[in-house]
Amino acid sequence: MSDMTDTAGPVLAADGTPLKRSLARALRRQKLRALLLIAPLLIFILVSFILPVVDMLYRSVQNGIVTNTLPRTVEALADWDASTGELPDEVVYAALAADLKEAAEAKIHTKVGTRLNYENPGMSSMFRKTGRKAKKFDLEAGGPWKEELIDINKGWGEHDNWRTIQTYSPTITSGYFLNAVDMRVGTDGPEMRPEDEQIYMKLLGRTLWMSLAITSCCILLAYPVAWLLANLPARKANILMILVLLPFWTSLLVRTSAWKILLQQQGVINDILVYVGLVADDSRLVIINNQFGTIVAMTHILLPFMILPMYSVMQTINPSYLRAAKSLGATDWTAFWRVYFPQTVPGIGAGSILVFILAIGYYITPALVGGTKGTFISNQIAFHISTSLNWGLASALGAILLAVVLVLYWAYDKIVGIDNVKLG
Amino acid sequence: MSALPPYATTGQRAWYYSFRVICGLIFFFLIAPIMVVIPLSFNAQDFFTFTKEMLSFDPEGYSLKHYRDFFGNPDWQDALWNSVKIAPAATLISVSLGTLAAIGLSQPHVPFRRAIMATMISPMIVPLIISAAGMYFFYSRMGLAGTYWGVVLAHAALGIPFVIITVTATLVGFDHSLTRAAASMGANPVTTFYRIQMPLILPGVISGALFAFITSFDEVVVVIFVGSAKQQTLPWQMFTGLREQISPTILAVATILVAISIALLTTVELLRRRSERLRGMSPS
Repeated sequence: MSDMTDTAGPVLAADGTPLKRSLARALRRQKLRALLLIAPLLIFILVSFILPVVDMLYRSVQNGIVTNTLPRTVEALADWDASTGELPDEVVYAALAADLKEAAEAKIHTKVGTRLNYENPGMSSMFRKTGRKAKKFDLEAGGPWKEELIDINKGWGEHDNWRTIQTYSPTITSGYFLNAVDMRVGTDGPEMRPEDEQIYMKLLGRTLWMSLAITSCCILLAYPVAWLLANLPARKANILMILVLLPFWTSLLVRTSAWKILLQQQGVINDILVYVGLVADDSRLVIINNQFGTIVAMTHILLPFMILPMYSVMQTINPSYLRAAKSLGATDWTAFWRVYFPQTVPGIGAGSILVFILAIGYYITPALVGGTKGTFISNQIAFHISTSLNWGLASALGAILLAVVLVLYWAYDKIVGIDNVKLG
Repeated sequence: MSALPPYATTGQRAWYYSFRVICGLIFFFLIAPIMVVIPLSFNAQDFFTFTKEMLSFDPEGYSLKHYRDFFGNPDWQDALWNSVKIAPAATLISVSLGTLAAIGLSQPHVPFRRAIMATMISPMIVPLIISAAGMYFFYSRMGLAGTYWGVVLAHAALGIPFVIITVTATLVGFDHSLTRAAASMGANPVTTFYRIQMPLILPGVISGALFAFITSFDEVVVVIFVGSAKQQTLPWQMFTGLREQISPTILAVATILVAISIALLTTVELLRRRSERLRGMSPS
């Protein structure tokens, strides 16, 4: 081809431009048209979904509140060396008095108190009590502020509280993340919280462990069903497929409420067990509001997500391989384990990652059937957003959860490919 | 497994039947929890379990009172009405934008195809609680939180991955020479789209729409965070019902929702077969 163009000059398109340039232009136009078709949705997703998530992630390090509410104090405190063990001097206290007066008049002093309370319990009431009197401070004639403030609340005479204010004065903080991994800023750098305050890592561990248990249960239950579906004649398989797809299409809340009804102590399962005589009426099984309830209900809910990818892989496996293995003398088990099973591994992998990703972020089902012991990290995030209002900590926990999910998502894309996801 | 060969040993026979029993039990596990709700919803008592009257098929044991409560109670009716208002709007947005983008993505040369695809599927993958929290913070700042349109936008974003997946799946077998043929006969791109491409990918678009609809119709986490009491939907009402005062009306609602799912599932299955027939694939 290149030889020809060298000898006969450039190949020309119909309009006289060199073919190469003409083709490049056509390709560019094609790309542009594709992008134009995609653009509206991409912008929509970016604005309505990606931006909110990124914005939330930013909250996990954002910490403008101390500097914004107590600007003078933060400036004066910059020179203070916490490691000497002495209290700050009068200048800092005077700055604090001025800041507090202003904050109390704007009624924002309690917010900074709440923020610092996350790090050092007890500081919320310090700010609330002092703020009440701060409105009457006479900045010109009053003072000395050190004695006066300590007099109002002796918390101002505690070295630890000042250290907290100084630690959390920068506008970017790692505090929420440290909190989310059960650490805190101690006198010399980050340190682990006391054993009895370490809850989040344990919760994350439990979330991972339970998701893994759910995934394994799904593999065990899905494998035989997928095999049966892939090996039955099409007509029968289609009918059985409906039994798999119906749960998939049924509302999540319907399925969760069904399990709630089934698993209750006065529920159907316990009634049957009592009727059959396996369990005495006064010792009904506790199978809800614990980890067992969550695992059973979520296995049921996520099972179709495991069956469908396994089924589509098993459908492509040629049955003559098994026959060949058997004709060469393999027993049923050897033929299955050495020939059939290795070919189904991609299906198992695809299903497992999908189920695990979906399980790890579940909120509704654990909240309804999980009690206190069977809840996931999502439930803790929801608690911090709507009840304790510690949004920074909720965002930090969310960021950790998101990081785990994205790593798995990336792995899924590498192994299976996003475009190969099938729904029904 | 199609049939047991006549030369099968006793062990193989035993395994063949026990395997079928195991599969039967798993199917039972899949379907029984959903089916058990249906008879319980006709319970004449306010119990969540079968009463003696029900087990002996005594007509006294059955009644429609939970259904009457559902249709008579303004709380449930408002919730139903809200769901019916939110889901179609969200579906319309996801389907129109999603179909266009899926067509764009199926073109032979798309720069950053993988990254774009990953971004568009991400609402399905990111844990709902994170999406809900992010949207709550962000939409509050935009003044969208607690409004009808805020919830619609949020639900539209959640439905998009399903539209993309189903429509790209139908486009995989699409023969691009058909559009070229149409163009060569003088059809402009818009005519080509409506007369040639649209009828062929319509089954995929409709299943995508049904998926997006059911996503919005069933969604509860995002609406709790982004919506306000005025946007209380059916699943939200069920969620509070299950959490606080568990009332048997939930069973009636659940039964109605199961009926809706059966209708949707049937539609999608019929469409899928039609689409495979149209594209000359053997129905599997």
